[in-house]
Amino acid sequence: MSTEATLHQKAILALSDGTVAEGRAIGITGTTGGEICFNTSMTGYQEIFTDPSYHGQLMMMTYPHIGNYGTMSRDDEAHRVMIAGLIVRSFSDHFSNPVADGSLQEYLVRNRVIGISGVDTRMLVRHIRNKGVMNAVISSDITDRDELVDKARQWDSMEGLELATRVTRKEAQTVPSDGPWKVAAFDYGIKQNIINSFVQRGCTLRIFPAECSLDDVKEWEADGYFFSNGPGDPNASAHYALPVVNYAKSTGKPLFGICLGHQLMALSEEIPVRKMFVGHRGANQPVKNLKTGLVEITTQNHGFAVDENTIHDSRAEITHINLNDNTIEGLRFKTFPGMSVQYHPEASPGPHDSSYLFDQFLDMIKEAAGQ
Amino acid sequence: MPKRNDISKILIIGSGPIVIGQACEFDYSGTQACRSLKEEGFEVVLINSNPATIMTDPMMADAIYLLPMTTDSIRTIVEKERPDAVLPTMGGQTALNLARDLQHEGYWEKMGVKVIGVNMAAVDITEDRQLFRDLMERIGIEQCRSRTAESLLDAKEIVEELGGLPIVIRPSFTLGGTGGGIVWHEDEFERKVLRGLELSPVHQVLIEESIFGWKEFELELLRDDNNNVVIVCPIENLDPMGVHTGDSVTVAPTQTLTDKQYQLMRDAAILMMRSIGEFAGGCNVQFAMEPGSDRLVAIEINPRVSRSSALASKATGYPIAKIATKLAVGYTLDELPNPITQVSSACFEPSIDYVVVKIPRFNFDKFTGVDEELTTQMKAVGEVMSIGRTFPEALNKAWQSLEIGRSGLGADGYSEPDRKTVRERLLRPYWDRTLQIRNAFKFGTSVEEIADITKVDPWFLQQIRYMVSLENRTEGQSLNSIPREDLLELKRAGFSDVQIAWLLSKSGEKIVEQQVREKRLSMNLKPVFKLVDTCAAEFPAETPYYYSTYENENESIVTGRKKVMILGSGPNRIGQGIEFDYSCVHAVLAAQEMGYEAIMVNCNPETVSTDFDIADKLYFEPVYWERVLDIFEHEKPEGVILQVGGQTALKLGKRFVEAGIKIFGTEFEKIDFAEDRGEFSKFLKRLHIPFPKYGTARNADDAVAIADRVGYPVLIRPSYVLGGQGMRIAVREEELRRYVERILQTHPENDFLIDKYLDKAIEVDVDSVFDGEQLHIAGIMQHIEPAGVHSGDSTAVLPPYSLSKLIIETIETYQYRIAKEMGIVGFLNVQYAVKDEEVYILEANPRSTRTIPFIAKATERPEAKIGVKVMLGAKLSEFDLTSKLKNWAIKEPVFPFDKFPEVKRELGPEMKSTGESIYFMDDFSDEHFRKPYEFKNLYLSK
Repeated sequence: MSTEATLHQKAILALSDGTVAEGRAIGITGTTGGEICFNTSMTGYQEIFTDPSYHGQLMMMTYPHIGNYGTMSRDDEAHRVMIAGLIVRSFSDHFSNPVADGSLQEYLVRNRVIGISGVDTRMLVRHIRNKGVMNAVISSDITDRDELVDKARQWDSMEGLELATRVTRKEAQTVPSDGPWKVAAFDYGIKQNIINSFVQRGCTLRIFPAECSLDDVKEWEADGYFFSNGPGDPNASAHYALPVVNYAKSTGKPLFGICLGHQLMALSEEIPVRKMFVGHRGANQPVKNLKTGLVEITTQNHGFAVDENTIHDSRAEITHINLNDNTIEGLRFKTFPGMSVQYHPEASPGPHDSSYLFDQFLDMIKEAAGQ
Repeated sequence: MPKRNDISKILIIGSGPIVIGQACEFDYSGTQACRSLKEEGFEVVLINSNPATIMTDPMMADAIYLLPMTTDSIRTIVEKERPDAVLPTMGGQTALNLARDLQHEGYWEKMGVKVIGVNMAAVDITEDRQLFRDLMERIGIEQCRSRTAESLLDAKEIVEELGGLPIVIRPSFTLGGTGGGIVWHEDEFERKVLRGLELSPVHQVLIEESIFGWKEFELELLRDDNNNVVIVCPIENLDPMGVHTGDSVTVAPTQTLTDKQYQLMRDAAILMMRSIGEFAGGCNVQFAMEPGSDRLVAIEINPRVSRSSALASKATGYPIAKIATKLAVGYTLDELPNPITQVSSACFEPSIDYVVVKIPRFNFDKFTGVDEELTTQMKAVGEVMSIGRTFPEALNKAWQSLEIGRSGLGADGYSEPDRKTVRERLLRPYWDRTLQIRNAFKFGTSVEEIADITKVDPWFLQQIRYMVSLENRTEGQSLNSIPREDLLELKRAGFSDVQIAWLLSKSGEKIVEQQVREKRLSMNLKPVFKLVDTCAAEFPAETPYYYSTYENENESIVTGRKKVMILGSGPNRIGQGIEFDYSCVHAVLAAQEMGYEAIMVNCNPETVSTDFDIADKLYFEPVYWERVLDIFEHEKPEGVILQVGGQTALKLGKRFVEAGIKIFGTEFEKIDFAEDRGEFSKFLKRLHIPFPKYGTARNADDAVAIADRVGYPVLIRPSYVLGGQGMRIAVREEELRRYVERILQTHPENDFLIDKYLDKAIEVDVDSVFDGEQLHIAGIMQHIEPAGVHSGDSTAVLPPYSLSKLIIETIETYQYRIAKEMGIVGFLNVQYAVKDEEVYILEANPRSTRTIPFIAKATERPEAKIGVKVMLGAKLSEFDLTSKLKNWAIKEPVFPFDKFPEVKRELGPEMKSTGESIYFMDDFSDEHFRKPYEFKNLYLSK
């Protein structure tokens, strides 16, 4: 039975390629595993840990001090922690924030998270940057390094993994607003701030689970359809998500997708989505809006991307690109009124530069409604 | 938008001489700007009166004007050069003010010169508190709440509204804020309000809420012509509101803000920058945030490159001035690559995976009677920056960088103050606050109590308490039994071997630094070097910019080339400033031209030598023995160059000799010997060179006996000091005794010297380079002020204006004899006094000096490079040594007395000036000569 890690209790991080690092245990004791990824945001750890898109991943923060300002409920992006484990350089046992609910340690314990502190995270980031993402395990109860490396090797690969149904709502839910618009949102792991962004703009949301009945969706008669972010390989979610996307397209109402939602909308137009070598995870990614020429600093969190070589002019137009590697960040579809972005305009954590996309979607809804 | 093609010739305005608040960071930004424009094919015209700048080197611009920083000079240049544009944002407030004055005259428009990098209307807004306030109100950015009172009754009501004391009083329309200030207590309230009402010509006072103690933050922004904005670096001040940001300990990135709070600040900063007008360039915004709420108040916005942007550049690796310059000439951020990674975009916000700490350096010891409390007016003369993987590591390294003899944040053998002293010292903000916090924890004070007294955010306090807990644990341990993991934890928290030795000595046997070093090396505990790459390792980076830390992976790959390590001069201070950075940069270039890989070590973020593309490898590290040796052992260079880093580098000479490490140039024993007055005098006697009579004393009675023998007045000088620290002139016995007692308090260990003071003698300062055979006299400078005024504080004229041919020949002969007999290889500076046609030697310095850059600018000879190349084996016959100086060049010192109104303006053997400018003169009727000549004896004091 895992218990709260005590100060100075040792923990080991083992990667599937045999790389091993030692540190001290944080959160609770035990063994956990998943795909190891890194995030370069210097603030917003709690939002990251609760982002459902990170479900099942071992999160390594590149900023060394984590836990400085404790945790508070307003910073949760979901009702629980989503990451499978946490790797940091220097865990703050104490925090400073007069309005916090408690320390990060208390929060990790409450959410049953296993973690490790004190490792050379920069070395591991460079390792992953060169070798590509891989699986790893963190353990404070197994001390045999070879056994841990074996465990990492046997961990399920993210490729082909369907995870959205593990984080989605079980029941459809309505979130009211004081505005006239009705948006059907499909929850593959929707972040709280996406919900807030719609409600603030006067959109009442009906949030449907990842696997939902098409009849229920039809019955609600939405003014627009939103496809959320979420974890896992989009190809593995296609079998239940694409029928809904295709239905939404058939209504003639506007569609909007973020992250996994963007990938699903692309898949529905037969644009393939592939796994990236490292992925983009941070709050400093430059995205250029090709329509306006303006650049937005964005929050990103994705390990899969739309393949830039396979977009046919008749299907979609590239609206946004990443300035670092020229990958596709946004599409405007041509066969139906829809747009989608690979990044996170709802931020949280991260810059607010892209919140205009919610306004644009609302404009599309208004236009479709003849206003 | 690509590069503008409507302009081809650009005028850059520099910042002039170094003053408090405007130091060599503007040489750094100016140099980056010049290089950036040259790279784009622009013709660059430059004005700066500061000769000790790299930006005024011939290779930096097409036309360089070393003229006084006045609108008249600029007009002269513009009329001659007819530039298409002016870039006024790289030269601090000086440049901005000059550009603004000319703008108001309509001069730029008249001459068809476009102002780039800033919008002059934006400067007007940011310089005018009321305009700024109104604009912020319009765009919904909160300011300190305030209301105007016309009576005591009004004032009382307003205080109620604002939630009580403390409040700030600002009388309307009084000059320089006279009658204003903070009101802490009821009993002073009425008096201060009434005084303010009386002093105000319109009998109004502004009652403003006090945000003293709020958290303070600074953001560095860049904007392009498309209105894209990025934040390069958020900085958090450890010292809360109430202390000038230049005097505050600051930390990057922010440590105590949640993402929601930070984004609030980011949004506000972007909104503010966009609101002040359209322009492409850099900008700095300061905020205060109330602890425990998200209340954010804008303090100010500066639409130019600043001291903080130099810090932010060094902290992240992102070259703000370089990119800001490219934006000013039309590029947009998305068109530019990140110069550090080459593969990613410059249009992004750096992410760092380490902690940066900046600590300012003060020189209060120079100014008797100065008020040391830190306020909203800047008092620091320099700063150090350190990089560590954690805050404790960076904080300890910063204290090692300061060069005040400390080996970290306490626990290094210095006497520990008592509880009462610590408490008193914490009540007000002083320069050593972090150390006093550490001391308070040693007494078992709680985080809450210290937070309550100092308002420093508890997170920082918890980190310092953690450092103290490591101290306490180590105190009970012994060198033999300390476990590796404990030693590793100490090293990871930045503790030096000296600190660890001191802590381990507590339980018995005395342990020294070397033993700790050997112990940890036997346990394979040595630092690795990690890269500063702007992106937290997300992308591979090309730039060789490193810091040390105790981790697993080393990233600094040692090449097979022959290498030389150059030690920088550490933080700027009076007596050792930009002139040494200038020489360091030239040393790097000289070494490279001689086929060496040049490795630079320095910790001053305001410098050009720490720019990532100057040296082949840059280690941003304390110029502190342990750190320097760690780098040396990693790189294994052929040897080190110490003669360009001022006393900072030279102080380590003995240790290099002991470690058997090669020092290039003059043998270190010879350098050391010049400091030993007894030996040096014997040497002079042997060469038949006169020097003032002197004696060595250990106490007041000795001193008096010597003074009686040599005759008053006498000069008292402690050994091994810089910038004449502690030196005084005494005319009678009581005075002599008083000064001696003072010296014994601060330097109890040292002998000191009593020299016969040569009254009304002429002082002559001579810089030269000797290669073993030939002597190159770089310059003979005759001072206008009499000997007794420190050479750094004197107005120096090159060449001499009144010395006879015979005297000059005598000086040249002496200089040659000393160089030859001392075995000089490289620089030799000698200071002479001439009295009654007799030449006396005052001192000899076998190193690069403050005056080397001045001479280089005056003669247009690369003096620093020549000296370093000779040190590395070149012969003087290989250089063109002709001087291009016509007539005379004058070095004019600049003083900080305006910043310390409580200090008397007087000059003596202890240096007080912060910087200098150069002036070219054709005849002696020039007022730059006449004025100092007229007043030459006026300020001479003791």
